[in-house]
Amino acid sequence: MQDLANADAILIMGSNMAEAHPVGFRWPMKAKEKGATLIHVDPHFSRTSACCDLYVPTRAGTDIAFLGGLINYVLSNDLWFKDYVVAYTNASSIVSDQYRDTEDLDGMFSGFDASTHKYDNSSWVYQGPAMEGPEDAASHSGHGQEGTSPAKHQPDRDETLQHPRCVFQILKRHYARYTPEMVERICGVPQDLFLRVAETLTKNSGRERTTAICYAVGWTQQSYGPQIIRAAGILQLLLGNMGRPGGGIMALRGHASIQGSTDVPTLFDLLPGYLPQPASFKDDQTLESYLKGATVKGGYWNNLPKFMVSMLKAWYGEAARKDNQFGYDWLGKITGDHSHIATAAAMADGKVSGFIVFGQNPAAGSPHASLQRKALKQLDWMVAIDLYETETAAFWYAGPERPNPSDIKTEVFLIPTAAPAEKDGTFTNTQRLLQFHDKAVDPPGDARSDLWFVYHLGRRLKDLYRDSTRPRDQGLLNLTWDYLPDRPGPEFRIQDEPSAEKVLKEINGRTVSDGKLLKDFEHLKADGSTACGVWIYCGVFPEEGKNKARNRTPTPDNYVSPEWGFAWPANRRILYNRASADPAGKPWSERKKYIYWDAAKKRWTGPDVPDFPQTKAPDTPAKPEGHGMELHSGADPFSLKPDGRGWLFAPSGLKDGPLPTFYEPLESPVTNLLYDQQSSPAVNRVPRKDNPFSPPGDPRFPYVATTYRVTEQYLSGVMSRWVPWLSELMPEMFAEISPELAAERGVKNGEWIVVSSVRKEIECRALVTRRVHPLAVDGRTIHVVGLPIHFGYKGLVKGAMVNDLVALSEEPNVYIQEDKAFTCNVRRGRLS
Amino acid sequence: MIEAYQRVMNVESPPAPKTPKGFFTDTSLCIGCKACEVACKQWNQLPADGYRLSGDSYDNTGRFSATTWRHVEFVEQAKANSRRDGQRWLMMSDVCKHCANAACLEACPTGSLIRTEYGTVYVQQDICNGCGFCVPACPFGVIDRAPKHGTFEPGTAHKCTLCYDRLRDDMTPACAKACPTASIQFGDVEELQARARRRLGELRTRGESRAQLYGMPENEEAREVGPLHAFFLLLDKPAVYNLPEVPRLPRKSMAQRYAWSGAVAIGAAVLSALVFGRRG
Repeated sequence: MQDLANADAILIMGSNMAEAHPVGFRWPMKAKEKGATLIHVDPHFSRTSACCDLYVPTRAGTDIAFLGGLINYVLSNDLWFKDYVVAYTNASSIVSDQYRDTEDLDGMFSGFDASTHKYDNSSWVYQGPAMEGPEDAASHSGHGQEGTSPAKHQPDRDETLQHPRCVFQILKRHYARYTPEMVERICGVPQDLFLRVAETLTKNSGRERTTAICYAVGWTQQSYGPQIIRAAGILQLLLGNMGRPGGGIMALRGHASIQGSTDVPTLFDLLPGYLPQPASFKDDQTLESYLKGATVKGGYWNNLPKFMVSMLKAWYGEAARKDNQFGYDWLGKITGDHSHIATAAAMADGKVSGFIVFGQNPAAGSPHASLQRKALKQLDWMVAIDLYETETAAFWYAGPERPNPSDIKTEVFLIPTAAPAEKDGTFTNTQRLLQFHDKAVDPPGDARSDLWFVYHLGRRLKDLYRDSTRPRDQGLLNLTWDYLPDRPGPEFRIQDEPSAEKVLKEINGRTVSDGKLLKDFEHLKADGSTACGVWIYCGVFPEEGKNKARNRTPTPDNYVSPEWGFAWPANRRILYNRASADPAGKPWSERKKYIYWDAAKKRWTGPDVPDFPQTKAPDTPAKPEGHGMELHSGADPFSLKPDGRGWLFAPSGLKDGPLPTFYEPLESPVTNLLYDQQSSPAVNRVPRKDNPFSPPGDPRFPYVATTYRVTEQYLSGVMSRWVPWLSELMPEMFAEISPELAAERGVKNGEWIVVSSVRKEIECRALVTRRVHPLAVDGRTIHVVGLPIHFGYKGLVKGAMVNDLVALSEEPNVYIQEDKAFTCNVRRGRLS
Repeated sequence: MIEAYQRVMNVESPPAPKTPKGFFTDTSLCIGCKACEVACKQWNQLPADGYRLSGDSYDNTGRFSATTWRHVEFVEQAKANSRRDGQRWLMMSDVCKHCANAACLEACPTGSLIRTEYGTVYVQQDICNGCGFCVPACPFGVIDRAPKHGTFEPGTAHKCTLCYDRLRDDMTPACAKACPTASIQFGDVEELQARARRRLGELRTRGESRAQLYGMPENEEAREVGPLHAFFLLLDKPAVYNLPEVPRLPRKSMAQRYAWSGAVAIGAAVLSALVFGRRG
């Protein structure tokens, strides 16, 4: 994040950074102070736009058309960074002759099965000699249902980039039709504005200059969010901006520690540190078969067995032995899609009996909130743990449906919890930085921290089952569960609060024989001699009394500030930073010097921790017969990739295509101008009666709705709508519309309006403003309706929930709904 | 004699003057997050003023009050055409200016309003009798009288203290501390003024032709109320931000107004003498 200050240009897209991340936004502002150009591409002119040099209004849900246009501009004007692209990306890799592109199949890739709406990606692989193991560890995430193709290949390459099936040529053909004219017709972005963006980015990339891209949930909450991020990745690789100061892609996470909750995951299909969760529908029946299926031959992920066995040792301690597969059988195996959306749908059908909800508010904050509320009514019991009585906790007597408590069978328990200042713990922020915070005061009354609740629940469950001999209970009984502090803080009333530092030490890991804390994950072993809860966090607590997440020491002569907090992995701030030097190990330019090869000392050096084997010389050849990092040469910077290269084309890891392709959102007022295929073919629309979608061009819903945050409120408002100082600043739900749309619908500023989707209607105030632009889309005027997400029916200030308008849908890789673009209508008046 | 009196009456002598402190608010860095408003209310334990959507851009507090001492203004600019030419959204965190010649201080009959050792203007709550003279005197509409709230006596006057209590402990005022982009800068007034001049130069070079400083000693605004200890870098004319081009000091026009009153009185007397005198 701090590194954004080094950028020469910043493209902010799919993010309202100034409003949703005001503290982090100081870094783009610093870049601007130093003369960088800031660009905001967004459906509404927000406070972020106000701070940027260039605002580009665009239609919500058309980001890949815009980014594809930029990729095409770079390729067709020969503006790509040749030395970087040839050496550091897979541009030269040759793809299988079985592969067919969207250009050949009118919007589809080869391998699509129309009956299951799923791709078989075996034709997307490289051409070349076969390897063992999966193609790429990226297939770990979002592989809850089935893994990607088992085909594995070391690529054949054509360094001249002329082979018709080399990635570079495929890329050129794929994006050839994403012209500035097409961008204008699809996105509604005037060509001169688009070209100004393209020129700014290309002029500020190369040896001497770098451009950064920032995105947030404006990209991820679409029907193909990961593909939009991939498109940005392709652009940044072509421009040579990855792994370099002032470059890269900044993923702005949606909550205070949502990065932490993906690292130490609350996700159903991942174990800590991005290891795949064993699944009953894969060959995961034994540890050996699991490791065989999950271990990638090339690159750093080849070490996966060390991470997995060390995690099992951390969880099960002495009970994890070689002869019982380190307790592998005690891990739960997933049987299918258990994501939030699938679970809500199952709950609505009465298939879920109990629900513990921590720090989440599905009745207001999750997609299709009315369906979520309906689902809660089917439960036998629910435990809601939060700071206030949330909409979820109150669903049984409050809400738009005016429920009658006597009709609801759910037994509801409301457990008061502690606020951040009332407990110890870490935040892992959006830049992977762990920062420890200390408890200042006890929480009031019966309120306890989430850690307290989980620890004591586990302790009591272990006690309850202590005599059980059933195999399925042995995992619970063998869990290491020793987190009470050695000396509780005498200043606090609550004396049975578990020690967050003890948990962090378990996460960091120890040598089993002497109990010494591990210094880094290079020391992990697959033989059970090390225990480590989360391999990527290893090193945060390298010795007793040295919690690096507590570090707050400025380093005056090093702007990277390595002594402030701890960034995983290995306290590294910029990932893949080997790419900041040229293949010979020299900085691309003095101005953008970062990590480079010190020939005298024979090691990589610079202000950051090098993302490369420290003493591996740039001229080290790859060993094709070896494994792990040996397969990479001294000039392959992308250490987690099996081939060590940045992937312009993704031969595996994604379920909806190897190249980002523009499709219309699931609901759109127009048809897809680029392909016959209207929307992404691999999306799960969660088909059910209470989850309808409006068809393309539905005259009942002619406008594009998009959702966003404002600075004054937070998420569904659980932590902000109870605070008078925040509530007075943004006190009511509103919809932002243009004066043109207001005139069309006969609405005046401040009046009540009803906003409707095919699923539900909500009422709110109209905020009529020129900050919303009508868009000229292929000869038609398309209006945008902007809706903040923060309201609900509890709290000091109340208002309609935009999530009542949103559909359930599942992006196939990460199971996220599309709520950043859907169709709606607006009328003057109120709900009766 | 005075010393003996002070000793007997237990009167402290005023603290020795220190280097004047103030704010430089650079609106070109403001992101309109209102963290300053919240930090101010939290530190000073001020209540919310009510929960009503104003419909006026993102400004829902609207104005200064006895319980709103920082106020972020939002100014939307754009032509009515479809391209929205010249579109800007100006934001500015407004505050008490702590004028060198403070009108409120001059209007105060009780001595409740004082100039502190930091050169700031401060209302002593135990002395304020709620007469309200200061309210219309302020040319910026900053100071206001309070309803009963917490330790506030009903009717007493309140405004920004420049966090006098924090200054005494060498702490930065809450608003400046909370500002994430250093739009609100706190420090020695002279040093801040130098910084502001440099900053204006930078912005002008960058093409911000409408940028200007507001409240500097050399500016027209300082003619009557003197240099402002809380001064601003604006991106447009003061009127755009609802700031007076020339803030007036009531005292300056008093002689003129008394003269007018006198003239009118004499005129009326002469007129009535003429009208009614003949009858006698």
